[in-house]
Amino acid sequence: MADLHLPMTVLPLFAGLPRRLDVEAATVVAAIDELDAQWPGLRDRLCEAGPAIRPHIHVYVDGTRAQLDTPLADRSRVDVIAAISGG
Amino acid sequence: MSKTVLAVGTRKGCFVLEADESRRSWSVRGPLCEGWPIYHAVFDQFDGTIYAAAASEWHGSAIWRSTDLGETWTHSSEGLAYPDGGKKLSKVSTLSVAHGRVRAGVEAPGIFESRDRGDTWSLLSNLEGQPGSELWDDPANQPPGHLGISGLTADPDDAERFWAIVQGMGMFETTDGGSSWTPRNRGLRADWPREHEEVGFCVHKVVRSRTDGNRMYQQNHVGMHRSDDAGISWTEITEGLPTEFGFAAAVHPHDRDTFFVIPLDPGHGRVMPDGKAAVWRTQDAGSSWQRSDRGLPQQDAHLGVLRQGMAADTYDVPGYYFGTSTGQIFASADDGESWAEIASYLPAISSVDVAIVD
Repeated sequence: MADLHLPMTVLPLFAGLPRRLDVEAATVVAAIDELDAQWPGLRDRLCEAGPAIRPHIHVYVDGTRAQLDTPLADRSRVDVIAAISGG
Repeated sequence: MSKTVLAVGTRKGCFVLEADESRRSWSVRGPLCEGWPIYHAVFDQFDGTIYAAAASEWHGSAIWRSTDLGETWTHSSEGLAYPDGGKKLSKVSTLSVAHGRVRAGVEAPGIFESRDRGDTWSLLSNLEGQPGSELWDDPANQPPGHLGISGLTADPDDAERFWAIVQGMGMFETTDGGSSWTPRNRGLRADWPREHEEVGFCVHKVVRSRTDGNRMYQQNHVGMHRSDDAGISWTEITEGLPTEFGFAAAVHPHDRDTFFVIPLDPGHGRVMPDGKAAVWRTQDAGSSWQRSDRGLPQQDAHLGVLRQGMAADTYDVPGYYFGTSTGQIFASADDGESWAEIASYLPAISSVDVAIVD
């Protein structure tokens, strides 16, 4: 069960979406698909056509920059970060 | 009693302003849409639904929808993407709503349509086959403001007919719901070389008369223009205006010969000339122009207004509204005779639309 943490900016977009949650998934993309099944549309907020992680969204698995196909271990920590940008 | 409602798109969210029929006292609500940058917020004039085209740097493009005048919102981008590996959809630039169809103009240039009130979207057309369109997606061919669909004009009498502006290329008309297109730029001026006879024009804004569908006005990068045949041909009507450049325009709701425009400095500033704010009005289809500045700031007012930044309501004595890139909204409730500042400290404004709601 991965320990997944989402950015604050995505929380108001989906009713009931928590900041952190447990996800049973073998890869980053599988974890995002799992979230999308529960909160339809969430995938589009984190991924773009390709598919690929959006340019200003970074995903880290156990502290290392990850891509969609990065595998998750049973107790991986997954941090989804909204890049420091804007003004 | 009816309410007058403005939907205002800004760099930091959508705002909703409300007043009664007198349009003297306004309330402001916002920022809405979680502060996402809004490029164009429009009403469905049939039922008052607000649609807002948004593009978040973090979370991509989406169309937001509110059925209660901005109190609550949903958003969707389902289907709002080019097929994988194809063109990149970087921004939803503009919206139009008519006949139960919501259309979104995007960059790279393409038009998406929703027939379920914005829940799902599909690609309607990318104007493939139009002269020069093979270069529209070439980064080396992009103008500084990027190249996308910057305006859509629906036909209230015909769901299959509408007009699309491709930035830096010109206006195109379809009469079959986007299956085929015809360039509508004859008579326009271009102060630069063009590779194709009928395209390569910088159309900033087109508005169409509500009382005569053949009457259109166009603010171009170079000049004001009028059409008396629904865009088939254009006649320049710049003479009498302080500059030939601008973005925003509004047509009188009951008089096809009366039209408003906001001339801007065409250089880097792109603000109202001389620091004196003014709207210009013609009441004879562009034969002559009058400056309208009563109530507008006349000193150190370096105001810019973007292409979707002006709107007209439909009262017997019409009201006009424009929002600036420095966050002010000015309104006239007396057919453009005088103006009042009704909001002062909003984020940079990209669009203003108005509806009268029962």
